Amino acid sequence: MTRESTCSSVRPSAGLPGRLPVHRWIRLAAWSTLAASAALVGCGKKEEAPQAAAAPAASAPAPKPEPLKIAFAYVGPVGDGGWTFAHDNGRKAIEKEFGDKVVTSFVEKVPVAADAERVFRDMVGQGSKLIFGTTYGYMEPMLKVAADNADVKFEHATGFKQSANMRSYNSRTYEGAYMAGVIAGKMTKTGTLGVVGSIPIPEVVRNINSFTLGAQSINPKIKTKVVWVGEWFNPPKETEAAQSLLNQGADVLFQNTDSSAVLQTAAKAKKLAFGWNSDMTAYAPEAHLASAIIDWGPYYIQATREALEGKWAGGGAVWWGVKEGAIDIASISDKVPAETKAQVEKIKAGLKDGSFNIWKGPILSQDGKDLIAKDTVADDKFLSTLKTYVKGVEGKVPGGDKK
Amino acid sequence: MDALPLLIAATLNAGTVLALAALGLLINERAGVVNLGAEGLMLMGAIAGFAAALHSGSDGVAFVAGAAAGGAFAAIFGLLVVYLSTNQYATGLALSLFGAGLSAFVGVGYVQGKLGERPQFALPWLADLPFIGPALFRQHPMVYGAIALTAALAWFLYRSRAGLVLRAVGESPESAHALGYPVRRIRLAAVVAGGALCGLAGAYVSVVYTPLWVEGMVAGKGWIALALTTFATWRPARVLLGAYLFGGVTMLQFHLQGQGVDVPNQFLGMLPYLATIVVLVLISSNAAWVKANMPASLGKPFSPNN
Amino acid sequence: MFKLEPRTQPSRRLSWASPVLALALTVLIGVALFVLLGKDPLRGLQMFFVEPLKSAYALSELSIKATPLILIALGLAVCFRANVWNIGAEGQFVMGALGASWVALQSGVEGTLFGGWGGAIVLPILVAGVFGGMAWAGLVALLRDRFNANEILVSLMLVYVAIMLLGYLVFGPWRDPGGFNFPQSITFAADTQLPRLVAGLRAHVGSLLALVAVGLLWVFLFRSYRGFALQVGGWAPAAARYAGFSSRSALWLSLLLSGGLAGLAGALEAIGPLGQLTLYVPVGYGFAAIIVAYVGRLHPVGIVFSGVLMSMFYIGGELAQSRMGLPKSLTGVFQGLLLFSLLACDVLVNFRVRWVRSKAPSPQPSPASFPKDGRGGNTRSA
Repeated sequence: MTRESTCSSVRPSAGLPGRLPVHRWIRLAAWSTLAASAALVGCGKKEEAPQAAAAPAASAPAPKPEPLKIAFAYVGPVGDGGWTFAHDNGRKAIEKEFGDKVVTSFVEKVPVAADAERVFRDMVGQGSKLIFGTTYGYMEPMLKVAADNADVKFEHATGFKQSANMRSYNSRTYEGAYMAGVIAGKMTKTGTLGVVGSIPIPEVVRNINSFTLGAQSINPKIKTKVVWVGEWFNPPKETEAAQSLLNQGADVLFQNTDSSAVLQTAAKAKKLAFGWNSDMTAYAPEAHLASAIIDWGPYYIQATREALEGKWAGGGAVWWGVKEGAIDIASISDKVPAETKAQVEKIKAGLKDGSFNIWKGPILSQDGKDLIAKDTVADDKFLSTLKTYVKGVEGKVPGGDKK
Repeated sequence: MDALPLLIAATLNAGTVLALAALGLLINERAGVVNLGAEGLMLMGAIAGFAAALHSGSDGVAFVAGAAAGGAFAAIFGLLVVYLSTNQYATGLALSLFGAGLSAFVGVGYVQGKLGERPQFALPWLADLPFIGPALFRQHPMVYGAIALTAALAWFLYRSRAGLVLRAVGESPESAHALGYPVRRIRLAAVVAGGALCGLAGAYVSVVYTPLWVEGMVAGKGWIALALTTFATWRPARVLLGAYLFGGVTMLQFHLQGQGVDVPNQFLGMLPYLATIVVLVLISSNAAWVKANMPASLGKPFSPNN
Repeated sequence: MFKLEPRTQPSRRLSWASPVLALALTVLIGVALFVLLGKDPLRGLQMFFVEPLKSAYALSELSIKATPLILIALGLAVCFRANVWNIGAEGQFVMGALGASWVALQSGVEGTLFGGWGGAIVLPILVAGVFGGMAWAGLVALLRDRFNANEILVSLMLVYVAIMLLGYLVFGPWRDPGGFNFPQSITFAADTQLPRLVAGLRAHVGSLLALVAVGLLWVFLFRSYRGFALQVGGWAPAAARYAGFSSRSALWLSLLLSGGLAGLAGALEAIGPLGQLTLYVPVGYGFAAIIVAYVGRLHPVGIVFSGVLMSMFYIGGELAQSRMGLPKSLTGVFQGLLLFSLLACDVLVNFRVRWVRSKAPSPQPSPASFPKDGRGGNTRSA
């Protein structure tokens, strides 16, 4: 097969740039210098204060303190209607609560890779003193930047490493999953539930288990099928995963992925599903049963308050749930019978005052053995390393048996 | 078993996206032009279609908008490649990068858009047939449209004069030019038509398949469509079947997962690509096969003698 | 109306002005976009062209982004000059990262091949990366050599196969057992870290390697016999055959070279900025490098400039988002625009724009006048 040639101007014989006469090189250098200096001169006036310069307000005694600069790094787009959307709502809650005492900014779609560190350093360079990183993958970059900037406070979501000026926070999404499971258990006609899983980390396994436990509290014979997408956010794939679950007999779907695709797929097939992370009612009102939402507002407001009052301390790890107002099950549909709604309210109250425990034995694991003994309550450590399915969940956790 | 007809239905749905795009690429390549920008065109079609559906409330308008967007950007590509004889591969790549960036850019305001309840489709009497009813007759009209398009394209290529000219341009533009045909205009027309189909496929993704907009939502289907056209040796019917095959692979992955089969799903995911390489090797190794199957002027620019 | 007239000689002046013109065109459209979005265009330009160059830290970050782009583009330049269309550099990049990780994971582990190497393990890591990329590109060469399979499609398909392989490894055998089941490998041992150029900054020796590669490739392309033979083989295969230059060896040489360079870039990325193997190794450098190669006129020195330019687009896009609220997708828009403009401007190198007033009847071409110019313009057949 023959081909046509490429850059026709570059040829092996006469005219190769490598053999240009001297005056051509001079001309090229002149062009480049001209262009570069034009850019630099033209923009020099509008330069930002370079990161080396200290914040001007720090030295002079000001009548009013400078607003606290807070920056957020999001892994997804603000408009995803799910995970990042929930975090952004938390950010807006901070603005509403503290008014002009704070100035917030955010960067969305910060990749979980080498680029993340640069973004965090730039946030520090722009004067942010409280920085929130909203996904697990930012842990290492944040640690590095935190080590270099002791006066900046770092808050990391869903991580497990802390330092003197960095701490972790997380939400008990499994409580929302449990309550959704209770509703699902009541509403399913086939007795088979479906979950579209993202990445098989303990958090997601825990949510699948809690969902199943909730459903089994209504109907002990409930089965849950799980399909793994391998990503947090991929609407077409989530659609196909949801479709596959429906094909296999599930008639109520749950998800741990970030878009509304699962809900919409269920709607198309005239089945039922839940919203996740944010209230997804508007996407498919006729299929929506309830949304297990995360409200980051309470925690973000507290963290900001601590920073403003000088009470912020790093090194800790916080795990908030229904009790602290971080988790809720919202917009329960009218399709759900009143008695189930009442039951969910009772569970909520029980979680709030600590009288109700989701992970209280006896709970069997998938192979029938005791996972949690009778009357024992699982502690946080057990929950955060959970890698096995409970009885009733079908399939295997990908890589779950690897030690 | 309920699962099988539903699996078939889902496969038809998934395959339609690929089929539409690949048929468009087939028109391109039959005229001798390789358009690596398929992914960008699909994304532009997706955002155009979604925006149109959101504003107008009509799926039909959305499809037209998607096709128009795809055709318009393909026209830019076509002008560069056909009339200015720029390198097809580089230009196509530029188109795919540009289309991805521009669609994300334009689509920023649409990420939370909701299209409202999607209509259900079922052919009146056929949909109630046991097994094949749910498997075949509860699809969106575009699925049947893709099948009709395949037939139409096959007829066009092999039974019509215009199709013969198109193929001639693809095989030997010099000869076609010598016979007095406006080779460049024909190539441009092929590029625009092909681009319109890619845009239509994109609109189908964002309006029917997964009715929302998120950047990059086409997620590589454009590249699969490129592979598909080669895999199907540039014949419409084979493109359609191949599209169902490739589209079915993802559904198969999830189905197997649900059944508890332990094959790492990445290996299943590799299958379409490995299959294409195998086909490429097979058809290229035999010179006679190459002649019989591949448009001879594929990738080569043409300019009439001045 | 305008008419394009082929020049008798490709214009050397425009061959150098074309990238600058293309950049100017891109900037112009960029300014228009900024204005359309209601943002200060000058500040927008500043994000892209000034901020990435402002401080030592900024330059260090620029070098981290530019190094893989330049390395891959150098290899692609050789390929394109040999008329071999390696579109699969992204896959070779990934395979390089995989090869490098295979060695890096052994650091400090008892009983493995490289366990006891200490700091010197960086060398076998990079070599493994080079081999990984070479092997992947070699596959393409093999299929083209033996079966005449189109290298464009084969290399492209292999990109996705490589990405799937990466996914399999980070979800499976290479997953960090202490990483809560996240699809990533362990953080590589400190021994595997690349030596830094300046303490406190992220710039690493990879940048020096890239500059060395620039020099070596310049010598290869413009001062060596093999390089000359390779390019002739690409430009005029018939003449090459006549002169005894083997297009087969050009095929293998260019693919192995570009695969090796892409693999090296992947290795540097894995042990440098990333420090572990994750799903996010493929970020599109392999495709962006095609643009870098083109804008750099397939010339090693030009590639340095265009590599820096593309890196400025990447970083500028990030900054434009974080400081001005502009969508990050601008980066892709600019990159695509740059290549489009360049391709359009390139036309001027071979064609002159003429204003034709009257419409002359186009002559009927006779079979004898089939185009056969071996000078400017595009050659069509071997």
